[in-house]
Amino acid sequence: MCLAIPGKIIELLDDNLAMIDVSGVRRKVNISLIKHENVNVNDWVLIHVGFAMNKISEEQAKEQLQLLAEIGEEQEALAEVKGYQFE
Amino acid sequence: MKMRFVDEFRNPELIRKTLDEIERIIEPNDHFRIMEACGGHTYSIFHFGLQELLPKNIEFIHGPGCPVCVLPPGRVDEGLEIASKNSDVIFTAFGDVMRVPGKKGSPLNYKAMGTDVRMIYSPLDALNIAMKNPDKKVILFAIGFETTAPSTAITVLKAKEMDIDNFFVYSNHVKIVPVLKSILDQPNMRIDGFIGPGHASVIIGAHPYEIIAKEYKKPVVISGFEPLDLLQSILMLIKQLKNGESKVEIQYKRVVMEEGNVSALEIMNQVFEDRPAFEWRGLGAIQNSALKLRPEFAKWDAEVQFNVEKITIEENKDAQCGEVLKGMLKPNQCKLFGKVCTPDNPVGALMVSSEGACATYYNHLYSTMSL
Repeated sequence: MCLAIPGKIIELLDDNLAMIDVSGVRRKVNISLIKHENVNVNDWVLIHVGFAMNKISEEQAKEQLQLLAEIGEEQEALAEVKGYQFE
Repeated sequence: MKMRFVDEFRNPELIRKTLDEIERIIEPNDHFRIMEACGGHTYSIFHFGLQELLPKNIEFIHGPGCPVCVLPPGRVDEGLEIASKNSDVIFTAFGDVMRVPGKKGSPLNYKAMGTDVRMIYSPLDALNIAMKNPDKKVILFAIGFETTAPSTAITVLKAKEMDIDNFFVYSNHVKIVPVLKSILDQPNMRIDGFIGPGHASVIIGAHPYEIIAKEYKKPVVISGFEPLDLLQSILMLIKQLKNGESKVEIQYKRVVMEEGNVSALEIMNQVFEDRPAFEWRGLGAIQNSALKLRPEFAKWDAEVQFNVEKITIEENKDAQCGEVLKGMLKPNQCKLFGKVCTPDNPVGALMVSSEGACATYYNHLYSTMSL
């Protein structure tokens, strides 16, 4: 529920959306909550329920991915990202 | 439980140093009861066997930070009843909600009986379903602490902007600080300090916890989820306790800012206001502990637009979810634990979510525990 998934912004899109890559899975997420942070391509963000919550460092993103793998939640995280169905 | 050794972790040297420091400053007569507020922390503590690494006189009390676990019984039924009585209603909810047992069954049971129940991963998915089904009414069973509430808020703003009138939010969003206060107000409750939630604090920052530190004189350390994060947070708490201090500190500085996510807070406050009171499982009604849509968003508020029949459910009187939530009983001390109540056949919501204290206990301890 409070799973937060690290992803890398690969393209900024219209309508406050961005294309994000999470371990090779690409989906759109909403970036309205971090617009004040000057978001750019190649930034890493923490994603929760389809929204980027904040920007994080690449190092932190990798740690978070590793943590998800260690606690066996990596597949669940990817299933969540794959599940986002909004345009 | 599988015994963990320090050198199995990443950063074993730092882990060892942190443990040594904790052991150096804690004294034999100390007994610290530390509540980890967040279900994600409970999960990490068990998964990594941290209790086994720490001195015996540090006791973890598992807190209320699992949103489906604290939903009052009846709340899911109320949403489902709207959907089952109206054939033009689609009920949408996150996966965690799907197996929460209600009076007549869980959302999955209702789905099997023909109600249009759909699992979603984002509030925006529910809005999308509404846009694709203009002849249906789509209810988002919204749930979560401040981590999730801003996302629901943006979805409501989007519905307003796009003038979508078949999308409705049934808000069960709750706030972390009022419930921590309420737990401290319980009679015979002793908690010495809190490990503050990592991701809810990304949104709210450190300031809302000041009341816990200043008025209740309990230290709060906002923590990350790695073994080293949690051990460092415990060290920070114990240092404060030994020095007689009670401050709010952030251990998870690489992710949590002191002021939180200011934009997210603004959006959340634009769409939501405090409910005067909200019922919590096992804790009763807590003032200003939950969020409802502001009157200007009544058009998208399921509680305003549908005739919600208030459903109260008698909880199984042997289920001791309340005592577990308050930290008065460990999950395996409940009469139903592992016998009647299991992850496959949950009686209480603490057994439903993987972040619920009972499911965590069951999944990590079952094999070695005498039941």
